[in-house]
Amino acid sequence: MRAALKTVDQVTAGEALALSFDDAEVLLDPAGVAYFVEHRILAVSDLHLEKGSSYARRRVYLPPYDTAATLARLAAMVAKYDPATIISLGDGFHDKDASARLGHEARDAIAAIAARRELIWVTGNHDPLPPANVPGDSVEMLAFGRTVFRHIPDASEFGHEVCGHLHPCARIVGGGRSVRRPCFASDGIRLIMPSFGVFTGGLNVCDDEFAGLFEMSRFRAYMLGKDRVFAVGARKLHGD
Amino acid sequence: MSIATSPSNPSSDGIDLPVPFLDWFISKGWQPRAHQLELLTKADAGRSSLLIAPTGAGKTLAGFLPSLVDLTRRGSPQPGTKKPGVHTLYISPLKALAVDIHRNLSTPVEEMALPVMIETRTGDTPQSRRQRQKLNPPDILLTTPEQLALLLSHKDAERFFADLRYVVLDELHSLVTSKRGHLLALGLARLHRLCPRLRVTGLSATVAEPDMLRQWLVPQRDGGEMADIITVAGGAKPDITILKSKERVPWSGHSARYSMPEVYEAIRRHKTTLLFVNTRSQSEMLFQELWRINEDNLPIALHHGSLDVSQRRKVEHAMQNNALRAIVATSTLDLGIDWGDVDLVIHVGSPKGASRLAQRIGRANHRMDEASKAILVPANRFEVMECQAALDANYLGAQDTPPLAEGALDVLCQHILGTACAEPFRSDDLYAEIVTAAPYANLPRETFDRAVQFVAHGGYALQSYERYARIRQTSEGTWRISHPSIAQQYRLNAGTIVEAAMLNIRMTRHRDKGAAVRAGPTLGKIEEGFVEALAPGDTFLFAGKVLRFEGIRESDCIVSKASDLNAKVPVYAGGKFPTTTYLSEQVRKMLSDRKSWSRLPAQVSDWLHIQKRKSAVPGPRDLLVETFPRGARYYLVAYPFEGRLAHQTLCMLLTRRLERAKARPLGFVASDYAVAIWGLRDMGAMLRSGEITLDGLFDQDMLGDDLESWLDESFLLKRTFRNCAVIAGLIEKRHPGKEKSGRQVTVSADLIYDVLRTHEPDHILLQATRTDARTGLLDIGRLNDMLSRIRGRIMHKDLEGISPLAVPVMLEIGKESVHGGDASEALMAEAANDLVLEALGKDI
Repeated sequence: MRAALKTVDQVTAGEALALSFDDAEVLLDPAGVAYFVEHRILAVSDLHLEKGSSYARRRVYLPPYDTAATLARLAAMVAKYDPATIISLGDGFHDKDASARLGHEARDAIAAIAARRELIWVTGNHDPLPPANVPGDSVEMLAFGRTVFRHIPDASEFGHEVCGHLHPCARIVGGGRSVRRPCFASDGIRLIMPSFGVFTGGLNVCDDEFAGLFEMSRFRAYMLGKDRVFAVGARKLHGD
Repeated sequence: MSIATSPSNPSSDGIDLPVPFLDWFISKGWQPRAHQLELLTKADAGRSSLLIAPTGAGKTLAGFLPSLVDLTRRGSPQPGTKKPGVHTLYISPLKALAVDIHRNLSTPVEEMALPVMIETRTGDTPQSRRQRQKLNPPDILLTTPEQLALLLSHKDAERFFADLRYVVLDELHSLVTSKRGHLLALGLARLHRLCPRLRVTGLSATVAEPDMLRQWLVPQRDGGEMADIITVAGGAKPDITILKSKERVPWSGHSARYSMPEVYEAIRRHKTTLLFVNTRSQSEMLFQELWRINEDNLPIALHHGSLDVSQRRKVEHAMQNNALRAIVATSTLDLGIDWGDVDLVIHVGSPKGASRLAQRIGRANHRMDEASKAILVPANRFEVMECQAALDANYLGAQDTPPLAEGALDVLCQHILGTACAEPFRSDDLYAEIVTAAPYANLPRETFDRAVQFVAHGGYALQSYERYARIRQTSEGTWRISHPSIAQQYRLNAGTIVEAAMLNIRMTRHRDKGAAVRAGPTLGKIEEGFVEALAPGDTFLFAGKVLRFEGIRESDCIVSKASDLNAKVPVYAGGKFPTTTYLSEQVRKMLSDRKSWSRLPAQVSDWLHIQKRKSAVPGPRDLLVETFPRGARYYLVAYPFEGRLAHQTLCMLLTRRLERAKARPLGFVASDYAVAIWGLRDMGAMLRSGEITLDGLFDQDMLGDDLESWLDESFLLKRTFRNCAVIAGLIEKRHPGKEKSGRQVTVSADLIYDVLRTHEPDHILLQATRTDARTGLLDIGRLNDMLSRIRGRIMHKDLEGISPLAVPVMLEIGKESVHGGDASEALMAEAANDLVLEALGKDI
């Protein structure tokens, strides 16, 4: 039987789209990670690990395989780009106890990802505290060159900013059809990452939550296709 | 309610009818009918019965007579004694029907001054009255399957039903085929256990296989136990004709627009006409067409399920007061409700199944001894044949219901949780109870145990949620809910009807301001999927008006009045229901029997004669396959007559095979009657040279691996999965006010599906999903029957050009809009995902 989720090979095979960001090259991968070539940083956002068990506490029993599936995809990206630094841009864990609920396999998987690399957990609104007994450092925000990495976009930030939190999605309509996909949202100054966790939904970039964050004439939604990324201008985008 | 009888009926000699009843019959100048008395006798003997009778036979009174007599014998409770609980439970598929029956039953009860209290309990019943009903229950409670499930999930269910003696199930034939029927069957099994002396009466229209329904009514212990059956012969023969139009009957399409002047003329000649169509969009279009030519300004109204409730009530009220001359309606009016003085039923489009036709015709003249009058209006040439076949079937009295499916597993999961909410259960006991319900008689114990595990903590192989379980096994081995809030959660989510995400349509006077304008009144509801593909400025038909789409705001679809009379966006107007197996068989028979062509209009029989000369007409069990070139493409057209769903599946699978055989297929289209596939290579030549064979192409083994691998990539299953997940209680149902939007639910259900499929493909919910898709959207069973029927009976005609029979399906190519029926929409959405993006280019 063929797998519904992309296999690790399929994830790895995607063709990244190169974007110029702060005079440096960033590769936007259709799997939903961004690779900053110069600094060898792999950025990923909103992993929401242990979302399944978080729901189970409220007696909604999502399949308990989300953490393993998300980490396997992340491991594939790490293998593909071989970064020096991995930045999880916040909401790496679905709630503040989530890191404590991680199973052995998940801990091992994180350890393998972090081996010989720097792993940085930016805190988010879901996980405001540093994760417990997990490799890597925890910070509220950090900067590389002129680029700031934080979880929630800050409209007052004037420099280059890479963030997450909003789970951007874009929708286009054509030929009587409608396609909605997660996307990177960027105007070349700010880059909002798509959510990477397998149980994470998305918010349309036309939503009010995105208002004021972008210079619209330069805005593009970089929609995640099956194995490539499609840059779509603001005029083509539709709300939900 | 009509209870009139002819003097030839046997008297009530030998049957102990209480005095008020005898007096009442005498005062009316009536006599009880034979079947009414027979039912009474059976009930007295403690037997359950299935009563099969045509509309207007006094079915309802017959159903309630044993209860009324028993209640009268019992008398009013003595002062100071405890008032007994509910005595009779009446369950109908429609809320409206329960309300209607309440009115009709109250009249004789009041006239006889019987000591009987009757009340309804539906989703609309206010909370205060529901509370009161539990403390002070009526003698007869009229309700729906969902309400029964809710009542049974309460702690005091056993006490509440302690005095229950009778259950009356109305419109049983329509209840049993759905998941609501499965829920009801499980509820009934529980009632049989709570009240071992229970007598169940099923009321049904004529069905092809009454034994299935008879088993349904009584507990299945050794298998095959049946209720008694009482059959009332059909009433006056309905007077049905097919519209013999002077206009040209179109080759294809579903609009029947050609017939409107003649339909209007028929409306003018009758007092009140009910005009039935198969889909909402069809009703919209015909309503508009009729008003376009309504020179006399006849009061013609529109009624369909998407209209605002207040608007529907207004129409219904006007109908009962005979203030309307015609009403254009869809199946919302389908079941046995009395509607004023209807003297003509017009059915536009294919009747899609003979029993549906009989049901609708029963609407005219709700009196059995007068002939109902009906006109069938076929929308295209195949429908002419179908109408003729339906007409023959109606005269023969042969009626079909879809075969009863095995009980659905998602419904089972819901029921298990409901049972635990009422009281702790032992697995052995509950299993024994559940297999007495006919749809679940063959449920394997292992599947039941997996369902219990699912209810407890999701039933995953990786049992990581046990500490958060909903139900837990105690040391004595009973399962009980782990917290009272679980019962509340269950009650919010009970039921099997998962609504498609709907948006309110609201009018604004401001154009081109997008959705951020002040919106006016609500016109009704519309499917989210339809609106999704509209761009602002597009116009479409709704509630008889051409509306201009402005935008979406939260759960509102904002529209303005359009100046244009013609809606721009074509609304898919095809038949919503696939033609039933029985009717398809009749059509194939008619096609192969040249003598029967004389019964068809001349233009249709001419068409068939030319087909015979130019190509061939297949025998009733054969499959005709034609191949021919046209333009730069090569076509393969086949005529299985098995309905759109089965055809769509067939096309998907054939295309895969042709691809493998390097025939380079490009596309396909499926109608109710035929399939057409086109490609770049000459499939006729490939067949001649033996490069491909028809027996190989249509081999049944396509339902093996090909089907599996297609399903794996298909969008269809995701949609089905969402419904199963909601019914089974994995995802919460949406609730007005605090609901997540439909989109968010869809997204998360899709994500869950992907993860589950990858990591646990044998999970019980995926099993339920595949079963649903097989029977529902894909119609695999039917396709399988067809493939086995045609084995070795495929007739190939390699033609130089298109044949007459191929014209209708060829006209469908490119015409079908994506807004179409559920299946086609899903199929195309699947293709859309990548195509649109690739086609529109990388940087747009």
